[in-house]
Amino acid sequence: MNAQIPVLEVRDLVKHYSVGGGFFGRGRKQLRAVDGVSFSIGQGETLGLVGESGCGKSTVGKAVLRLVEPTSGQVTLEGEDITSLGSAALLDRRKRMQVIFQDPYSSLNPRMTAGEIVQEPLINFGIGSRAEQRDRVALLFARVGLRPDQRANYPHEFSGGQRQRLGIARALALGPSVIIGDEPVSALDVSVQAQVINLMMDLQQEFGLSYLFVAHDLGVVEHISHRVAVMYLGKIVEIAARAALFETPRHPYTEALLAAVPVSHPRARRARTVLTGDVPSPINPPPGCRFHTRCPIAVARCRQEEPPLVVDASGHGVACHLRATTL
Amino acid sequence: MASDPVLRVEGLRTEFATGDGPPAVAVNDLSFEVNRGETLCIVGESGCGKSLTALSVLRLLPRPYGRIGAGRVLLEGRDLVQVSDPEIREVRGRAVSMIFQEPMTSLNPVLNIGRQIAETVMVHEGLPWQACTDRALEMLRQVRIPEPERRLHEYPHQLSGGMRQRVMIAMALACRPRVLLADEPTTALDVTIQAQILDLIRDLQRETGTAVLLITHDLGVVAEMADRVLVMYAGSKVEEGTAAEIFDAPTHPYTRGLMGAMPHLGGAHGGRLAEIPGVVPALNARPKGCSFAPRCSLATSRCHVEAPPLRSFAGSHTVACWEVGQGAAA
Repeated sequence: MNAQIPVLEVRDLVKHYSVGGGFFGRGRKQLRAVDGVSFSIGQGETLGLVGESGCGKSTVGKAVLRLVEPTSGQVTLEGEDITSLGSAALLDRRKRMQVIFQDPYSSLNPRMTAGEIVQEPLINFGIGSRAEQRDRVALLFARVGLRPDQRANYPHEFSGGQRQRLGIARALALGPSVIIGDEPVSALDVSVQAQVINLMMDLQQEFGLSYLFVAHDLGVVEHISHRVAVMYLGKIVEIAARAALFETPRHPYTEALLAAVPVSHPRARRARTVLTGDVPSPINPPPGCRFHTRCPIAVARCRQEEPPLVVDASGHGVACHLRATTL
Repeated sequence: MASDPVLRVEGLRTEFATGDGPPAVAVNDLSFEVNRGETLCIVGESGCGKSLTALSVLRLLPRPYGRIGAGRVLLEGRDLVQVSDPEIREVRGRAVSMIFQEPMTSLNPVLNIGRQIAETVMVHEGLPWQACTDRALEMLRQVRIPEPERRLHEYPHQLSGGMRQRVMIAMALACRPRVLLADEPTTALDVTIQAQILDLIRDLQRETGTAVLLITHDLGVVAEMADRVLVMYAGSKVEEGTAAEIFDAPTHPYTRGLMGAMPHLGGAHGGRLAEIPGVVPALNARPKGCSFAPRCSLATSRCHVEAPPLRSFAGSHTVACWEVGQGAAA
C-alpha cells in the first residue's frame, strides 16, 4: 500500500438534483445529494464510505465515475483531472476505473453468455485478437473462481454470489487501477458474502487495486477498509484510518452509528443511547451542522455555523465544533 | 419461563406441489416451542425455510401450491392446522399477528394509518368505532410515534421506513396478541433505525408478555434479541439452544460456518473470513442424507446417505450432525 501517491483524488465534489416543481419548473428545489466531499485513495488502498440511506454515498461513487455528472468539484485519476474530459477521452479513462454494483443481475445483459459479458469490454476497446481475448476471459474466470464451462451459461443460470464474481471478472478485464464497489456484497447471504469479500481482498493484493467501497454494513466496512469515511446528509463528517475510526470515533454521529450496530454476543448486550428521529430531508438540510437536530451534544453554535472538516496530523478528520482537535 | 409454551409446533412439514413429481419439501419435520414472554430467533440464509415456517403457523402459504403436509401447530393447545377457515382468520391479527420486512407492501396506501389500526381492532373486538380509534391513538403513542394525533390522519407514503415499521408493530399489537411473528422486521432499515425498532419490540414484549418468534438472517440481531436460537438449513433444524449455548459453543458445522463468515465490529480484521464453500441447495435439488454434507468439511460417506437425527448435546442444546457432539449424546 502506498498512500503517498493518490490514485484517485476527489475535491469538493457536489451533486445537486432539481426536484419537484410545477408548470414550467416553478418552485423547483435543490436536493443536495452530495455537498462538498473530498478524499483521496492511495495505491492498493481501500477507502470505505459508510452512511445511512440517503446520505449520498452511492451518488459519490456515481459522480466519481461520471455516471452522473457532478454539479461541481474535481476528480483526479492517476494525476489527470477527468472532470472536464469529453466523452471519448472519458471512455478511454474508464479502462482505469471500473465499477461493481449491488445487484449484478440488473447490470448483466441477460441475452449474452457469461463469456461474452467478460469479453465485451475487451472487444469495445479493441484489446488483443479474438483468440487472445478468449484466453484472457478464461484466465479471469479461473481467477474469480468460476468454472471454464460456465462461460457458455447465461446470467440467470448463476447464483447471486456467482453473478457477483462475474461482475468482478468483467470489472477486471481491462486491468483497472481503481474499482468502485457500490454495496457489492449487501444483497448476498452471509456465507456467500464472505466468499466475495475474501476474493476482493485477494485481488487487491495481487493487482494492487484501489477500492472505493460504498456500503452501509459497518462490520463489512471495518473488515475490508484501510481508511473509512462516514457520510451524513451529503457531507463527510469523519474520515480516519480504520482503527482510529472504530476505536476512537470523534464525531457524535459516528459514535451513534457504532453504538447502533448489533452486538456479536448476547453477553455484550448493553443499554445504549439510541439516536432518536429520522435523517432530515436533503432538500432542506438543517442550517449549521446538519446533524444538530439529532445530536446529543449540540450547542447554540451548531445550529448556526457549519463545522468544517478539520484534519489533524494523523489524518483523522472530524467536522464537529466540539470534537475537532484544533492544531 | 421454561415450561409455559404459548406456541408449540410439532413435526411441521411444508411442501409445494410440483408438476408431476412428488411435492418439494420446503420445511421438513420441524418442531419448536415459544414460551410466554420469550423470544425465539430462527436464523438461516435465503431459502432455508424460515419465512415459510412463520407463514405455515398462520396458514398463509401461497395457494394453490403450498400446503402443510404434516404436523401440528398448537396455539395454547389448539391445533391451527385443523381449525376452519373462519377460525384461522379470527386467530390472525388477534392471538397471533405478524410483521414483515417491507411494511409498505403490507399497509393499504389509500387508507390513513389511524383507520387501518382501528379496523383491526373493530374486526377482532367489535368495539364501537370511537373506542377503536382511541385504541389506534394509544397504540401509536405506545410505539413512540411523535405527534400521534397528527400521524393518525397520515397515509403510509408520508411516513419514513422506520415510522412505517412502527405503524406495523402498532397494528400487530393492537389486539394484544399472545404471539408475534416478526419476519426480518429490521432488514430493510438503517442501523440506527434498526436499533430503535429492536428496543421497541423488546420493551413492548416486557410490558405485554407476548411471545416473539423473530426470523432473521443476521446473527447480530440474534445476539441482541434471542432468549433461544433455532438454526435452520435447507428446511430442517440443524441446531437449537439458548442464546448463550449457541454463541458460546456453536456446534453444527453450518452454525460455526455462519459465525465465522460474518464480519463483526472489533473482530479480527484484514484477515480472511471463514468461507462456507458452495451455495444453499435449491428446493428441488436437496441432496440425500444431511443437506449440508456437500458443503461440509467434516462430511463422511455416511453423511451423504443418512440424514442425522437431532441429538441432545448439553442442557437444552440439540444438534443434528453425525460428526460433532456424539460425546454428550445419550
